Amino acid sequence: MGMTDQEILTGLGEIVDEVAGVPADQVTPEKTFVDDLDIDSLSMVEIAVAAQDKFGVEIPDDQLKDLKTVQDVIDYVRRSAVSA
Amino acid sequence: MRLTEGTAGARILAFGGYQPARVVTNAELADTVETSDEWIRSRVGIASRRIAGPDETVADMAVTAGGKALAASGLSPDDIDLVIVATCTPEAQIPNTAAVVARRLGIPAPGAYDLNAACAGFCYALASASDAVRADSADNVLVIGSEKLSQWVDWSDRATCIIFADGAGAAVVGPVAEAGDEPGIGPVVWGSAGDMADKIHIPDRSSFIIQDGQAVFRWATTALHPVARQACERAGVDPAELAAFVPHQANLRIVEAIARGLGAPRALVADDIVTAGNTSSASIPLALSRMLERGEIASGSPVLLLGFGAGICYAGQVITVP
Repeated sequence: MGMTDQEILTGLGEIVDEVAGVPADQVTPEKTFVDDLDIDSLSMVEIAVAAQDKFGVEIPDDQLKDLKTVQDVIDYVRRSAVSA
Repeated sequence: MRLTEGTAGARILAFGGYQPARVVTNAELADTVETSDEWIRSRVGIASRRIAGPDETVADMAVTAGGKALAASGLSPDDIDLVIVATCTPEAQIPNTAAVVARRLGIPAPGAYDLNAACAGFCYALASASDAVRADSADNVLVIGSEKLSQWVDWSDRATCIIFADGAGAAVVGPVAEAGDEPGIGPVVWGSAGDMADKIHIPDRSSFIIQDGQAVFRWATTALHPVARQACERAGVDPAELAAFVPHQANLRIVEAIARGLGAPRALVADDIVTAGNTSSASIPLALSRMLERGEIASGSPVLLLGFGAGICYAGQVITVP
């Protein structure tokens, strides 16, 4: 598929905006979901599910808990898409 | 052998609901377990819940809610020939709750059984009641969801004690008013996901409810949209026509997530959990009885019900409210 980090970031921004109401332009790579973006664990599940629909990448609960920053999710999506 | 003829359609004549008197606020729970009002409101959506008195039973609550529905229906106890109590927290294995409730309501000799599909119980029981009327197994059915979850909760477990509560809701089901009228209870879509059986369970008789909240949240917010849409489709009702959507009040975030995926922007989405907690099979009829009391849904409008719970079992159908 070969998505760039920027493409993943844009897609993720749209998802976070829709799930948690955080404006997409605030979703930048270095930010943490919990502290910086005020997104709780239930919203993370919704984000993971939406990411599966958008990027075709599954993020199970036990992997999700290790994804702390936006960049963590971008890296995970990029890695998983490559091996798909 | 022959069959006897029932009716082409069944409908709900009236609802009734009951909440125990004792109000337990989030602040009160925060005194004994590590939680906060803010955390509970944002993760679960509950502001307060009702807890039954120590001697108040599932049968007691069922009798009150059932009695209200019966009175509102205009029927007399003699007219009821089947009583179904949906519950997963009965006081005893035997006798069932339904036979006891029937006697206390002065219903002479109805068919009587309890139904355990956990939080999907009311929708399962409603489907069974509609089928019974249509097949001439019963003329009028009293369907009750009644639960005392508080007696199965570990009050020191902050994952569960903030969620589960007590209450009852009931509906009287009968034939449509005139032959040829449209049905008031649509076809059910029901199913189960037994691979998730360990996600909400009570391990043994001396145990408490244990729930893998994250797994249940993920399942509920992904697997139920198609069921909801299918229930609408089978009833020939476009989701856009729904006046209300009343899913099991498991958690407000789950309710909102399913509602978002339903595509029913005009539908009033039930949020009874805010002041009722999660009352399992009572949650749908209790929510409906309160919404109707407040005049929030016009008589005769289509409403989608969707129950889901331990099993995981689920069932949904469109109804028209009385």
